[in-house]
Amino acid sequence: MKIQVLGTGCPKCKQLSDNAQTAIEELGADCEVTKVTEINEIMKFGVMLTPALAIDGEVKCVGKVATVSEIKKMLQ
Amino acid sequence: MNWKKEWKILALMIGAFLACFYLPAGSSRFDRAVIESLELVRWYAREHVLFCLIPAFFIAGAISVFVSQASVMKYLGAKANKVLAYGVAAVSGTILAVCSCTVLPLFAGIYKMGAGLGPATTFLYSGPAINVLAIALTARILGWNLGMARAFGAIIFSIVIGLLMHFIFRKEEQAKAAAQMTMPEPEVKRPLWQNALYFASMTGVLVFANWGKPEEAHGLWHAIYSAKWLMTSGFAVAFVAILAMWFELKWTHLILASMPSIALAIVFPSNPMIAFAAGVLGLSVITSTNKAEPGEWFQSSWTFAKQILPLLLIGILISGMLLGKPGGEGLIPSEWVSSAVGGNSLFSNFFASIAGAFMYFATLTEVPIVQGLLNNGMGKGPALALLLAGPALSLPNMLVIRSVMGTKKTMVYVSLVVVMATFSGMIYGKFF
Repeated sequence: MKIQVLGTGCPKCKQLSDNAQTAIEELGADCEVTKVTEINEIMKFGVMLTPALAIDGEVKCVGKVATVSEIKKMLQ
Repeated sequence: MNWKKEWKILALMIGAFLACFYLPAGSSRFDRAVIESLELVRWYAREHVLFCLIPAFFIAGAISVFVSQASVMKYLGAKANKVLAYGVAAVSGTILAVCSCTVLPLFAGIYKMGAGLGPATTFLYSGPAINVLAIALTARILGWNLGMARAFGAIIFSIVIGLLMHFIFRKEEQAKAAAQMTMPEPEVKRPLWQNALYFASMTGVLVFANWGKPEEAHGLWHAIYSAKWLMTSGFAVAFVAILAMWFELKWTHLILASMPSIALAIVFPSNPMIAFAAGVLGLSVITSTNKAEPGEWFQSSWTFAKQILPLLLIGILISGMLLGKPGGEGLIPSEWVSSAVGGNSLFSNFFASIAGAFMYFATLTEVPIVQGLLNNGMGKGPALALLLAGPALSLPNMLVIRSVMGTKKTMVYVSLVVVMATFSGMIYGKFF
């Protein structure tokens, strides 16, 4: 699976990608976390409240830092 | 060695070395500037952090957790009422732009997927200027009339700029992005009036704890000033009651957490700072250990504090170094400041707007900088011009804006901001 963290690089986005990383480690899932920081790329997802999280190109959470347990649920 | 990767670090090192090598330590002007900057930091720490910044962080955190951003965004969507969209865009910065890094994605979103160029630029201009933290600190340090002028100036001129942008580029049919706006589902946990009372009680604490001493020793303002701690405590009690009734915090916990604060207020009635600090500590303990909404609220306030305080400290140090504390002088001679931005001439206002537009201000650092400039003879008009043009624009964010709407529109936008800031500065300077 592919996890994308959308955000221009503010502390909240970093928090979100840390959370995603932790969730993957705890699940032992085979995932790759990438950051999307280019604003026009973020717009292509239809996201305007950052940070946001997309799994396999599908936006799962917008405008807030999802917790580790929330991300685990999305992955399962 | 990989020069392509390492050259930046080397350049930085050489720069730091040269700065140290030629450090003018020992020259009286430099030594005085260092002392000035340390004194300015102490003044901020003593006078402004506890009563102004900390409550403002809690409010900003609460806004980002408890106010549904999605419910505001529906007024800025593609099918939104155009007239309403401008109004909402102009004031929604208070709710949507609590963190400066959210402004640009929202701007790009409103432009490409939502109500279009006009409302998007309106939002872009007013957003950074009217967030709670900026207004609270501006009013506290630069005086309430400059704080209000900044907020209202930003709102009014943002609408004017938005309308002008829409008018200038009205012929351009812009291709809407194919993507649909993805919005979080609005979560309704409690009625609006409960949230409103919750915010009112917090704002009450912030406003009355910071009530300044009026010049005359009688009249309404003085009466409020003498009763300010009574009012602050009243709002604090209401706030605790609201937390217990509607925010799923236990009465027993809340009472336990308020005990130290009440006790300290009785023991040290002449030093409200102690009781206030204990209250903040109590609130932090019960919210941070909570797993539900209050915990989220603390987390978000903490994120703001973590993000903003270090930058603000650096900003105050640099500003103190260059411009000195109130009544003092730093490295930059006062005559330079007053000759560039003194008085209320067209040139002073224009110079302040241009400088503000290109300079990058980290969140809130514009306040100590403007304060330093005012002490060194900057006029009130140019101060407002700088406050209006400053946070709205900087060289780095111009580049992002350009990538979203192209060079031509960006240039028009920047010129409009500079012209508007200049004129609002002149109008303000004439009256105050």
